[in-house]
Amino acid sequence: MNLLPAPRSSAHRWRPLETVLKATEIDTRLLGMAGALMAIWIGFHVLSGGLFLTPRNLWNLSVQSSSVAIMATGMVLVIVTRNIDLSIGSMLGFIGMIMGVVQADLLPKLIGFDHPATWALTLVAGLLLGIVLGGLQGLLIAYLGIPSFIVTLGGLLVWRGGAWWVTHGQTVAPLDSTFRLLGGGPEGAIGAFWSWTVGIAACVAVALLLAHGRSRRKKFQFPLRPLAAEVFLGGTICTVILAAVAVANAYPWPIGSVRRYAEANHLALPEGGLVIAHGIAIPVLIAVGVGVATSFLARRTRFGRYAYAIGGNPEAAELAGIDTRWAVTKIFMLMGLLAAISGAVSIARLNAATNAEGTLAELLVIAAAVIGGTSLAGGVGTVAGAMLGAVLMQSLQSGMVLLGVDSPLQSIVVGAVLVIAAWLDILYRRRRQQA
Amino acid sequence: MGAASIPLVEMRDISLSFGGVHAVERASIDLHAGEVLALVGHNGAGKSTLVKILSGAYRRDGGTVRIGGREAAIANPRDARQYGIETIYQTLALADNIDTAANLFLGRELRTAWGTLDDIAMEAQARRVMARINPHLQRFKEPVRALSGGQRQSVAIARAILFDARILIMDEPMAALGPQEAAQVGALIRRLKADGIGILLISHDIQTVFDLADRVCVMKNGRVVGTARIADVTKDEVLGMIILGKCPPAATAGLGAMETSRVNSQEVN
Repeated sequence: MNLLPAPRSSAHRWRPLETVLKATEIDTRLLGMAGALMAIWIGFHVLSGGLFLTPRNLWNLSVQSSSVAIMATGMVLVIVTRNIDLSIGSMLGFIGMIMGVVQADLLPKLIGFDHPATWALTLVAGLLLGIVLGGLQGLLIAYLGIPSFIVTLGGLLVWRGGAWWVTHGQTVAPLDSTFRLLGGGPEGAIGAFWSWTVGIAACVAVALLLAHGRSRRKKFQFPLRPLAAEVFLGGTICTVILAAVAVANAYPWPIGSVRRYAEANHLALPEGGLVIAHGIAIPVLIAVGVGVATSFLARRTRFGRYAYAIGGNPEAAELAGIDTRWAVTKIFMLMGLLAAISGAVSIARLNAATNAEGTLAELLVIAAAVIGGTSLAGGVGTVAGAMLGAVLMQSLQSGMVLLGVDSPLQSIVVGAVLVIAAWLDILYRRRRQQA
Repeated sequence: MGAASIPLVEMRDISLSFGGVHAVERASIDLHAGEVLALVGHNGAGKSTLVKILSGAYRRDGGTVRIGGREAAIANPRDARQYGIETIYQTLALADNIDTAANLFLGRELRTAWGTLDDIAMEAQARRVMARINPHLQRFKEPVRALSGGQRQSVAIARAILFDARILIMDEPMAALGPQEAAQVGALIRRLKADGIGILLISHDIQTVFDLADRVCVMKNGRVVGTARIADVTKDEVLGMIILGKCPPAATAGLGAMETSRVNSQEVN
């Protein structure tokens, strides 16, 4: 592993650090967002008297962010193509209800209660339904030319009504015990060993990707980034990954869970108590996996390239021979799939499916994408930015809860931050265009 | 360019109307390999509409298109590209938010063995072709929004010639260019012509037409006034065709010749 002692040594000489940063070709906007996030975290930490930057709070923050973050990755692509999806909160609720009924009512009748395959069958059914519902909206938008705002506003009402209809408003609970792991909690985390394994594997992957890119550029005799910049970039990413794993592993199970676990496995509790680390929560792992996959789609495949081209100039995309209608339909399918994943995480976390699940989620997701630098004019936005935006919004909310801020004031702050973030983004772009 | 040889492109009796207005009415043109055919006329004369039918952007109401003597089914831009027809649009049709290489290969991306975008290979080819057309262009990593008008134009031209076009449609290719860049494009057109590519050139500038074209076809109110070899007509005669629809004796008259009074009402736009 190439772990560098970089920040300490370069803190007192700014110029070289700046050069190295520039050479890494990282999006400065993304760096700015990371900086803002750090400032918010430290601010809350100080104001709350040291309650914010604790493994426990950060772990909870990561779990709470994941549902919005998962959907924000797809919303970026939707907005990039000059569309919008207002239906995902309701769709999440509807699909959540269906998944609840499938695992708590339908499958137990067919294959028995708490069957080991229940969770997988439920999930597959939910994901397929998400693709179908998203695709249906996509078809209406792309082929019938109905504005996405209208189609998905209709979807917002229809799916929410549908969510009620599934059980006539009854909450479905409890859920399948394996399915519940998707929502996190002590059992729904992968533990210290696997967290380190995932973290180290991710670091190896980062190093390999950087090395591969470098060798490709060398083969075509393109200008290379300075080696120092590559090492700095890789080192920073790996440090962040491993630090996140360390934090997740520093949050031990609550005593009650440990006792139940010990009883279930017939273990004798040692004298000082048994310390079991949470490790990375499964919903967080899902969110990160979704983020990596969507980012890959957006940047490395034709699917993503076409999304950006359509957003930049729809007519040019059409003239270039791109089947723009099918491309837009596929993006809404992806959005539906992500709403389904998010729905699975949400109901699993709650251990119940309710018809109100996901209410207003669409607005949080759009806000996350916009805070993350997605332009509603289309053509611009990154998956990583949107995910950071989701974490940033959740941080504000959690921080204010820690400080005991009243919930109406919380909404006011989040709303103001959204508008300010969009304004800062406009300023940033204007300045860059003039430069 | 013998008369006996099969034309590269043969468009016969092409018609297209938008809401009852004949944008193009029974227009016929042909284009041979290694020739530049200039298409001239007022705004709204139907030139751009006619070439957009050839490039697949519009679908015709009637008429036939033959490529190399065989009837061609062109329903969309992808079909046109299959026939080796490349187009440089007046609007350039670039996606401003993506970089040069991504624009050059838009819709025809090079991919790795894994099916992912091969951005580095595309950039390498982009650098090669741009070195030929506009060596000043060095900003390959930036969205084309950041480029100057002339550089953007050269990206649009590079895209058209990157894929071994047989038929090149250029709609006002010099509109955004300074004199030096326009001269470069002129030289490029001659070079492509020498390579045996058939070029359909739309231009407002009579001087450009007389400098570059072998033949000229004049359109007015959606109809072809006439077609003539550049060597056989004067600039004044061509202007007479454009303005009055008067077809000189050296030109082959089309449907639109000397019918000015009847269709004047359509000219208002």
